[in-house]
Amino acid sequence: MTGEALIVLENVNKWFGPLHVLQDVDLTVERGEVVVVIGPSGSGKSTLCRAINRLEPIDSGSITFDGTPLPAEGRPLARLRSEVGMVFQSFNLFAHKTILQNVMLGPVKVRKEKPAAARERAMALLERVGIASQADKFPAQLSGGQQQRVAIARALAMQPKALLFDEPTSALDPEMVGEVLDVMTSLAKEGMTMVVVTHEMGFARHAAKRVVFMADGQLVEQAPPAEFFANPKSDRAKDFLSKILTH
Amino acid sequence: MTEFLNVLTDHWSLFGQGFGNTVKLFLIAGVGCLVLGVLLGAFRVSPIPALRWFGATYVNIVRNTPLTLVFAFLVFAAPKLDVNFDYFTAAAVALTVYTAAFICEVVRSGVNTVAPGQAEAARALGLSFGQVLLEVVLPQALRAMVPPLMSVMIAMLKNTTVAAGFSVVEAGAIPAYMAEFGEPQFYVLLWIAIGFLVLITPLVLLQRVLERKLAVAR
Repeated sequence: MTGEALIVLENVNKWFGPLHVLQDVDLTVERGEVVVVIGPSGSGKSTLCRAINRLEPIDSGSITFDGTPLPAEGRPLARLRSEVGMVFQSFNLFAHKTILQNVMLGPVKVRKEKPAAARERAMALLERVGIASQADKFPAQLSGGQQQRVAIARALAMQPKALLFDEPTSALDPEMVGEVLDVMTSLAKEGMTMVVVTHEMGFARHAAKRVVFMADGQLVEQAPPAEFFANPKSDRAKDFLSKILTH
Repeated sequence: MTEFLNVLTDHWSLFGQGFGNTVKLFLIAGVGCLVLGVLLGAFRVSPIPALRWFGATYVNIVRNTPLTLVFAFLVFAAPKLDVNFDYFTAAAVALTVYTAAFICEVVRSGVNTVAPGQAEAARALGLSFGQVLLEVVLPQALRAMVPPLMSVMIAMLKNTTVAAGFSVVEAGAIPAYMAEFGEPQFYVLLWIAIGFLVLITPLVLLQRVLERKLAVAR
């Protein structure tokens, strides 16, 4: 762990009313690193992921992205978000736009790229995730797995410095999980910086450089996947793993 | 029957002038209240508290004020503040200001029908608040907005008749003139009702077309 830090969370706290969802969280993600965040439901994993591009504002502490503290609402925040791709559990493709338009929107409206150039890159990205033949369809006409692959292409179209995945396979039918994880694995191999909140332990094992275990809003332990799965140190992690790995 | 028809044909120019002004008022106030209403609706869903407060306050004050009072303010009170409109302009402004409050609420409820994830995904791409609204949220909100929007527009078209009370010769002013000519009031009112039906029918057809065109698969 000697790389250059890209995402740095220090002493981050967040409350939802009386609920302390993030408690003194410290986390550093290096450039090119793949960090998988696991933990029981309600442990604050998604909130942590969403805090990194300020979809959830935090109450105290600091988050720094590529050397710059997260700005408050406004243009600087929009600029920062354009550098951090996000993939959601429920895909959130724009329902009134075609697949191609979904992928082109960011580059054309935010980056002010020429539509022709944006279209060319969008098609190349759709090709890459295997959906190019569906480019003129609307999101509702695609399967969940296909929609999620489009969502990844949409995030990649902004040429982000990092990608955040908030439970990207949790809303998918089991037979579609693989096609999405395949795309994510190939991104990880290419050196994309990724923070992945997931319940897919297989993905954590083979694609993560580091596994972060969260429980009750705290970052309980972190270790390389081989070490974490073979030898969890905390009781919470042992308990969690025993529940999910015995089936 | 001839008597009924004569009421219209004998006073063609009065009916023409009256309904002409009604249509003019409707079109001017229609564009005005759409622009102002969408702007206020954007205020009400904006991330800036001061704008949200302004939008809410505007709606609460203007929507709760009787239209005749809004007219009276513009026609009688505004000149005291050295703002001088002619009667027609005052009527157009009154209708715009009043109807915008209702449009604002239509916009807001339309926006509420769009899944929050749509705006989140747009923000995550780095779109500005205005872009999120114009590119992603409003186009999807429009579908839910069309029926109440048309109701508000139809109500506004009929509200133009209030202008008759403030010296504007529009459809609502016709009966008073006709009474002076000694024409039977019942027929006059019937013709005016028919006139409004004719004006409103295209709006109803437009609503159908829009609803069909905006149908989005989710």
